[in-house]
Amino acid sequence: MPADIAPGDISQTRQTTDSAEPVVVFEDVSITFDIKPVLQNISFTVQRGETRIILGPAGGGKSVLMKLANGLIRPDSGIIRVFGEEITRMRETDLFKLRARIGMVFQESALFDSLSVEDNVAYRLHEEQVPEEEAHKRVLEALRFVELENTIEKFPSELSGGMRRRVSIARAIIAKPDLILYDSPTGGLDPITSTTIIDLVIKQRDVSHTTSLLITHRLQDAFLLATNRFNQQTGKIEPIPNGGIDDSTRFLVLNEGHVVFDGNTHELVHTNDPWLKEYLS
Amino acid sequence: MPFVSPEIFAKQIIASVQDYSILSWRAIANLFSRPRYWADIYTQMDSIGVGSMPIVVLTGFFTGCVLALQSATSLQEFGSVSLTGNLVALSMVKELGPVLTGLMVSGRNASGMASEIGSMKVTEQIDAMRALGTDPVRKLVTPRLYATVFMLFFLTVVSDAVGIAGGALVSVTLMGLNASSYFHNSYRALQYGDVVQGLTKPLFSGFIIATVGCYFGMTTKGGTQGVGKATTQAVVFSSVFIIVVDFIVSRAMIGIFGR
Repeated sequence: MPADIAPGDISQTRQTTDSAEPVVVFEDVSITFDIKPVLQNISFTVQRGETRIILGPAGGGKSVLMKLANGLIRPDSGIIRVFGEEITRMRETDLFKLRARIGMVFQESALFDSLSVEDNVAYRLHEEQVPEEEAHKRVLEALRFVELENTIEKFPSELSGGMRRRVSIARAIIAKPDLILYDSPTGGLDPITSTTIIDLVIKQRDVSHTTSLLITHRLQDAFLLATNRFNQQTGKIEPIPNGGIDDSTRFLVLNEGHVVFDGNTHELVHTNDPWLKEYLS
Repeated sequence: MPFVSPEIFAKQIIASVQDYSILSWRAIANLFSRPRYWADIYTQMDSIGVGSMPIVVLTGFFTGCVLALQSATSLQEFGSVSLTGNLVALSMVKELGPVLTGLMVSGRNASGMASEIGSMKVTEQIDAMRALGTDPVRKLVTPRLYATVFMLFFLTVVSDAVGIAGGALVSVTLMGLNASSYFHNSYRALQYGDVVQGLTKPLFSGFIIATVGCYFGMTTKGGTQGVGKATTQAVVFSSVFIIVVDFIVSRAMIGIFGR
């Protein structure tokens, strides 16, 4: 160690290293259900602040990959690191602590149907014994973000599909997580509602700069994310001027359990891969 | 149903027994570490215990009534109709009270647990709970287990009491027996070992109802059809287990107390 580096500099260096460390790392991950290989030798990394869009045909293992990233299922082989910690061999009790830093939006919302919207959104806060008054304030704040303040006393069965998805986003972001996993947030929704959901994802990305993984079947959603930004002055979503693209948005394309593309928007659009060209067209 | 080889079938059975054992152990052990969901335990006690009162009271009462009615025919042949109280009390406390209460609660609650948890499983609510940092076994299974074991004990006591009362009603009104002698005979017939035997059984039955109900709920697969299947299996397995374990406990108690 050079003599001229003071102890304060060391901690600063460590912090810089930590922030440069990828949030999610998959190394040669494979998983098989019964006899069907679902994911084979998947490797990729997600950097801090990055929005990683996962594309691919249905049945390509996208949702499985999302559950692997949250430790909900374990791979047969390979290593997964989240926030620098290897989760593949982690005990379930330790995983619960790690998941406190991860928000997840499920494909079908997965709201607790016996709890009201307020209790659903405040679930994590109640678990952490946050005082009722503060929890209520934060629930209102999260619901205001998804523009659903008026549904606070309703039950999930009284909401439309799009509203449920938005409540699910509010539940995922209430604890201000460092990583958000969106599992097909626009799946099964009409185009207008899908755009509303994607607008929320863009808003979350540009306001909090949270690292996120997002699965989508709709290419237009993916390109909306890459070419739009949230304007904090006007409070609206607008296209990035001069046909610009968002640098923090990157793509991962899966097909039949393999990674067929890993790169940014520009590389995806100018790909020479015949299958990918056909898929994108 | 697709045909599976005996080897795969055996492996599936062993894996199920292993999963069931792990789930049961974790459900028991969770109460000894934080966080503990006391509010859920009380809610389940209300739902399982208080909610099952009507069926347990009705079943116990009419079982006592019919026991008195049927036994009178046989006892009359020996001129011992006065021993009706004796027979009703022993049958209710040692056998029918615990077993029938167990079976009734199993039908009502093992199915309820399997369908409730099963629905949560197929709609990804269990995964959502894990993703939100909560252990579903701790939150869902442990409260149901302790609530069922605790409440089934008292439900059995209620069932025994109303059964003896039902027997008294039939003996006094239909057979003209003296109420005082009926209750005196009932009281005299029961010994310490009989009561211990009758009150040990619901502890096992309660454990079986909750763990089997929750196990089938937690392992539900395949949408709403899967929930239906899990519910049916939970009731069938828990009912059969209750009767099998009843026999084992009876034999063990006879070995200990000699009656």
